[in-house]
Amino acid sequence: MSTKKGLNLTLKIWRQKNNKTKGQFETYKISDVSTDSSFLEMLDILNEKLINEGKEPVAFDHDCREGICGMCSLYINGRAHGPDTGITTCQLHMRMFKDGETITIEPWRSAAFPVIRDLVVDRSAFDRVMAAGGFISVNTSGNTLDANAILVPKEDADKAMDAAACIGCGACVATCKNGSAMLFVGAKVSQYALLPQGRVEAQRRVLNMVKAMDEEGFGNCSNTGACEVECPKGISLENIARMNREYMSAMVDKG
Amino acid sequence: MSKLDSKIPGGPLKDKWKNHKDHMNLVAPNNRDKIDIIVVGTGLAGGSAAATLAEQGYNVKAFCYQDSPRRAHSIAAQGGINAAKNYQGDGDSTYRLFYDTIKGGDYRAREANVYRLAEVSANIIDQCVAQGVPFGREYGGQLDNRSFGGVQVKRTFYAKGQTGQQLLLGAYSAMSRQIGKGRIKMYNRHEMMDLVIVDGKARGIIARNLVTGEIEKHSAHAVVIASGGYGNVYFLSTNAMGSNVSAAWKIHKKGAYFANPCYVQIHPTCIPVHGTQQSKLTLMSESLRNSGRIWVPKNIEDAIAIREGNLKPENIAEENRDYYLERRYPAFGNLVPRDVASRAAKERCDAGFGIENNDTKEGVYLDFSSEILKKGKESATEKNIHNPSQQQIYDLGKAWVEEKYGNLFQMYEKITADNPYVTPMKIYPAVHYTMGGVWVDYNLQSTIPGCFVIGEANFSDHGANRLGASALMQGLADGYFVLPYTIADYLSADIRTGKIPTDSEAFNSAEKEVKDKIDFFMNNNGTHSVDHFHKQLGNIMWNKVGMGRTPEGLREAIKEIEEVRADFWKNVKVPGEANSMNMELEKTFRVADFLELGQLMAKDALERNESCGGHFREDHSTPDGEAERDDVNYMYVACWEYQGLDINQEILHKETLVYDNIEVKQRSYK
Repeated sequence: MSTKKGLNLTLKIWRQKNNKTKGQFETYKISDVSTDSSFLEMLDILNEKLINEGKEPVAFDHDCREGICGMCSLYINGRAHGPDTGITTCQLHMRMFKDGETITIEPWRSAAFPVIRDLVVDRSAFDRVMAAGGFISVNTSGNTLDANAILVPKEDADKAMDAAACIGCGACVATCKNGSAMLFVGAKVSQYALLPQGRVEAQRRVLNMVKAMDEEGFGNCSNTGACEVECPKGISLENIARMNREYMSAMVDKG
Repeated sequence: MSKLDSKIPGGPLKDKWKNHKDHMNLVAPNNRDKIDIIVVGTGLAGGSAAATLAEQGYNVKAFCYQDSPRRAHSIAAQGGINAAKNYQGDGDSTYRLFYDTIKGGDYRAREANVYRLAEVSANIIDQCVAQGVPFGREYGGQLDNRSFGGVQVKRTFYAKGQTGQQLLLGAYSAMSRQIGKGRIKMYNRHEMMDLVIVDGKARGIIARNLVTGEIEKHSAHAVVIASGGYGNVYFLSTNAMGSNVSAAWKIHKKGAYFANPCYVQIHPTCIPVHGTQQSKLTLMSESLRNSGRIWVPKNIEDAIAIREGNLKPENIAEENRDYYLERRYPAFGNLVPRDVASRAAKERCDAGFGIENNDTKEGVYLDFSSEILKKGKESATEKNIHNPSQQQIYDLGKAWVEEKYGNLFQMYEKITADNPYVTPMKIYPAVHYTMGGVWVDYNLQSTIPGCFVIGEANFSDHGANRLGASALMQGLADGYFVLPYTIADYLSADIRTGKIPTDSEAFNSAEKEVKDKIDFFMNNNGTHSVDHFHKQLGNIMWNKVGMGRTPEGLREAIKEIEEVRADFWKNVKVPGEANSMNMELEKTFRVADFLELGQLMAKDALERNESCGGHFREDHSTPDGEAERDDVNYMYVACWEYQGLDINQEILHKETLVYDNIEVKQRSYK
């Protein structure tokens, strides 16, 4: 942690015009960055400087800037969402860095997440996996059961909530040496599998989601656990185990 | 004036919606796939509307600027969603939720709309539980509730501190199901650039593909705007960086009236501003006011010592703390509505009692030490620990607080590097939500036929101040349970229309206008980035159209905004190219609209010579600093009609508000 107020930094940033051209690292100097600034505010300052110099600013994804929308990404000094744990890039603050440090900033690297521009990648594969089964098949009617008609044990509801906390940022995929999306898919499968409302079509769901996941080119899980370490929301590996169990039993019944 | 027909159905309040539904026209299931609907925005309102319309069989095209519909800013709502379930048996009812919402809105919302909202609120909870939303539960397996500001019952359902996320992911899952079936065509990373009107009806939009820069024409039989609020006009707000007014403003320029633009909610509990490079403000959920007590030092010397770093808040004795909300408003205490809490914080800080060590000297404490003690003692009793030590009490209390608010505490610590279990949180009000928006009738239709507006983007349900946990309720009520009925009534006339062609003059000229404007900005050769102008606008808005407004300040604001706007068009510098991803170009279009809207907000605030809800005019306050409404002259919705580039020329239309079912009173939380 740094206590000095103004940091002078060297930034090595991945620049790539689009998905058809080759990218490369560019080096930038930036000075007097407040330790109270967020990492993305530091990039804002850099971009302001680049614009004033007549250069193109660095494209990066971001939106809510409070760690919940899952839009921001960035591989910082070799780690998804940077050196701090349990947070997204937008919650990373410059007090985590030292004066004079060189910071390397890359996009998510995964075959299933092609680069769009600079640090922006295409994560629509996640949406397609969700469209294959990440839901409970219930129409809007206003005539469903009363919300308290089915009791759900608090422990189950809490576990479902812990799984549902996933923000779909893709840090797990970017971190995994196999580019596996099993933490992401496992979390969604688990959320519904733990709730009585989701049990009804649990088998169909897990089969369809795993199939879509494989088709998108995500790799397999070899239990290194890197995804869990880098997940900003602390999604547990337990969810992958639960998905595997659900998948096995569904295969036995339906496969 | 015929345009301003609110179309409120006749009959008694509690039967209006039912009777209306019974008599609206329908589109038969076999005709629905002949109808196309565009939905702009995929937050709670847009996402739930798109999913429901697609389930019913319409062809839906949904648009969002984010890379996935799951990221819309509804996701950031923390505390909860209200519903009149009365699961706690503490006297809640549809009428009471209706009453609290009207009163909370300072008697500036429509009775019929608000009653309908309260009526369908219970269905929302049922629907969401059926979708697998993991709401917080009691050990018996039933749903738990918490309390929010401005009410005296527990009617708020929650999913930890991520209720908005869970509800949005519920709507997103319903959308995903329809995307998988091909019933929704999803356009991620797309921005609506203009509305297309054909023969007086909304028939499509011009959109920009934010990846390729391509300008696209999309037609439909109706267009639904669900693009959220306009808080980012202040530059710093709790809104997402991309949140913008452009879709709503574009339809305003095409004929939709814009209602009550000056009604802005300044949320009392946000993390104070740290410096000039700051890009956005972070909210600390209102739910924290269930457990936290708000205070500043009683003695001004203590406030100064704290600011200078010579005194720690935990070392100020109980009797030297001023719990000013409990002092001024004993009946509601720390749970007064947001507008009241925000103004009270400003009052203390203006008087010199602020605690933040920065230029503004703003900031007050939100302190959990009393709650940790109280809950620790309760826990000890529950666990049969007799004579617990102080440490045991603290540990048990801390564990309780951690379970309820752990993620919020962690978020606070990451941002500020302070541990809120030890040092009280520092908070200060920040722009959070906009009650104003596009004027709509009871059917949620704007003054442009076929153009519907839902969620925060419309003006309809919260009057001059929104109660906590009611935004999620309104978004989902509009999208799941209101719009799908009312839009069918409109679309029933379109079953023989056939596809709307996109090669008409209307589409071509709208497209050309967009392309010309892009060319203008790309070739402007300006001198300053778009943020430079946005920050200037934000400063004017916060200082002169913020928490305390005066006629002089508002007149100055109008003039200054005009100057910034002129400078912007002359000197804004947009790097890069138009035919690729260009985030500066995106921002430029958004700020161009904010500059026009900001002026209208100031004009609206100047015109409204009273204080109500979030609109506080310093020249209309009581001797003890409370807001002073003027029901004789201002009990109306201010609806502005666009008249061209000079915003000062906008024409005011008034929709008079009628209260048949509720006694209009001075709002008191004392």
